[in-house]
Amino acid sequence: MADDLINSFMNGPDEMGRFGIFGGRFVSETLMPLILRLEDEYQRAKTDPAFWDEMNHLWTHYVGRPSPLYFAERLTQHLGGAKIYLKRDELNHTGAHKINNVLGQIILARRMGKTRIIAETGAGQHGVATATVCAKFGLKCVVYMGAHDVRRQAPNVFRMRLLGAEVIAVTSGRGTLKDAMNDALRDWVTNVHDTFYCIGTVAGPHPYPAMVRDFQSIIGREAKEQMQEAEGRLPDTIIAAIGGGSNAMGLFHPFLDDESVRIIGVEAGGRGVNEKMEHCASLTGGRPGVLHGNRTYLLQDDDGQILEGHSISAGLDYPGIGPEHSWLHEVGRAEYVSITDTEALEAFQLCCATEGIIPALEPSHALGHVMKIAGDLPADHLICMNMCGRGDKDIFTVAKHLGFDMSDTEGR
Amino acid sequence: MTRIDRKFAELDAAGRKAFVAYVMAGDPDYDRSLQIVRGLPGAGVDIIELGLPFTDPMADGPTIQLAGQRALKAGQTLQRTLDLAAEFRKRDDTTPIVLMGYYNPIYNRGVDRFLADARDAGIDGLIVVDLPPEEDDELCIPAQAAGLNFIRLATPTTDDRRLPRVLQNTSGFVYYVSITGITGAGEANAAAVAPEVARIKARTDLPVIVGFGINTPDKSRAIAAIADGAVVGSAIVSRIGAGASTAEVLEFVRGLAEGAHSA
Repeated sequence: MADDLINSFMNGPDEMGRFGIFGGRFVSETLMPLILRLEDEYQRAKTDPAFWDEMNHLWTHYVGRPSPLYFAERLTQHLGGAKIYLKRDELNHTGAHKINNVLGQIILARRMGKTRIIAETGAGQHGVATATVCAKFGLKCVVYMGAHDVRRQAPNVFRMRLLGAEVIAVTSGRGTLKDAMNDALRDWVTNVHDTFYCIGTVAGPHPYPAMVRDFQSIIGREAKEQMQEAEGRLPDTIIAAIGGGSNAMGLFHPFLDDESVRIIGVEAGGRGVNEKMEHCASLTGGRPGVLHGNRTYLLQDDDGQILEGHSISAGLDYPGIGPEHSWLHEVGRAEYVSITDTEALEAFQLCCATEGIIPALEPSHALGHVMKIAGDLPADHLICMNMCGRGDKDIFTVAKHLGFDMSDTEGR
Repeated sequence: MTRIDRKFAELDAAGRKAFVAYVMAGDPDYDRSLQIVRGLPGAGVDIIELGLPFTDPMADGPTIQLAGQRALKAGQTLQRTLDLAAEFRKRDDTTPIVLMGYYNPIYNRGVDRFLADARDAGIDGLIVVDLPPEEDDELCIPAQAAGLNFIRLATPTTDDRRLPRVLQNTSGFVYYVSITGITGAGEANAAAVAPEVARIKARTDLPVIVGFGINTPDKSRAIAAIADGAVVGSAIVSRIGAGASTAEVLEFVRGLAEGAHSA
């Protein structure tokens, strides 16, 4: 009987939107009918060749896919071990992986006749991607961004405004990504009739975690094919940074059933995964709970109140994680580790100096873990790391941490 | 039969509409909150909706958000909310208490333990905003089995196809949300709400109470007239937030209750 069991990690979620016990549809009744309609619409689109033709056309001509798989030769030499490849999703239009998913959701929104798009954003990359695609299609765009993030990611705020989006600074809570998501949900519940909520990560109520993963899986599919071309085989280890976890899920998913591939997700360790919760490592420092429409690992106190994490990276500053990651963690298919602010800053600088690539602070966390493990691995060990965003948006934050005064170089 | 069922039978016999008041447990602090809650029945409140503070109240507007933050800052927890209800019950064994909040603090405690504790504290019903019928196995079914009412929200987006599912495991009463939106925003329009209430009543024998967007005695009366009762939350909570005395808060509540009762 056991012989008949098909053992796959790629079949989730079930019809309840669950990955094991994680996921689900924990939303208010006002949103429920809309979420069911979205699920129907997505099911139809998924099997409609016209939908994928449009996606593929835009991925190629608007986003610039496929993104290269690049052998980081000097970084490899410097670390003196495993052979390191970077999946260059920072070369996408708008500078991060976020647009892969936004295109899919906006095309869906158009199919559903929605005319107003809302989004939440942390680092601003998802907000910029959403504003960009809305500009391209002439749709009204409203982006919710925590007030704290508005300050630390000013260049992206300006970009969004240039692209015609209205950026709303969220002051509730501590003013980061979690609070932006709360306010986006409040907007949605108020404007259900004409509004589509374009969620930026593999979280939220079903079908978002599965849908966003499917759109981001282009990363893993390309990487698999490109690694085959470059090395004639699968990578040995794949690594990606995790806030909500969309770039990681996109890279991981096509490899889930390839047993030989070690899968590592890197959470934001902030100032250290400690009792003061000065981190955003939901899997290493949290426990299961229900927030933003899904059950998943969350940073919370003894009373079930959600805690504010800390990360130098606005994009990782979220107390939860996509439900599929929680499941992969519990079933042991993927490993989850954390990298501190300081380690990420070191990786950031190393990448600039050895490869001429200014990475975003988010993938700098993934790179921080590559730095930790690469040296101890043999030279024929292939690592594929997702370079999911470029660091232009972060130079002010990094300058501040490195004690470099940019005020004199500002245009006055 | 729960206290909620008994209350509606009593109101029905008297030909009166229900007035339901919402306050956040522990706002502005435990003692003041208990004082206010204890005063509500005397001010004409038929059913008390006791808010369970949560850091991320996604269906609430700024007024209730701030109330939750005040309560949490003053040290309110799920346990202290149950304590407050139990303390109220010592002197009042008839006024129903409905606990209203979000799922995570309950899930965090463990559903079975929570239900036993809630019943012991004298809670009669639950409204959990982020548990739609699709997630009934989580809390709704176990709550009914434990003898607590599970009160569901029906909304303007709940169409006829979906309504039976929403009503299926609902007990106590149905809470109709008068607007698509968050608490404390918009204005309930009795003329627009009336056909919706009729639509729901055609499919259930449960009382239908209307909330969201009701903030004056006149509106309380107008809404109660076309339903089985009215709920007011943000308008009361905003006065507590503005520093009104317990007497002032209760005086305002009395006006709203008289509005509903004159319908």
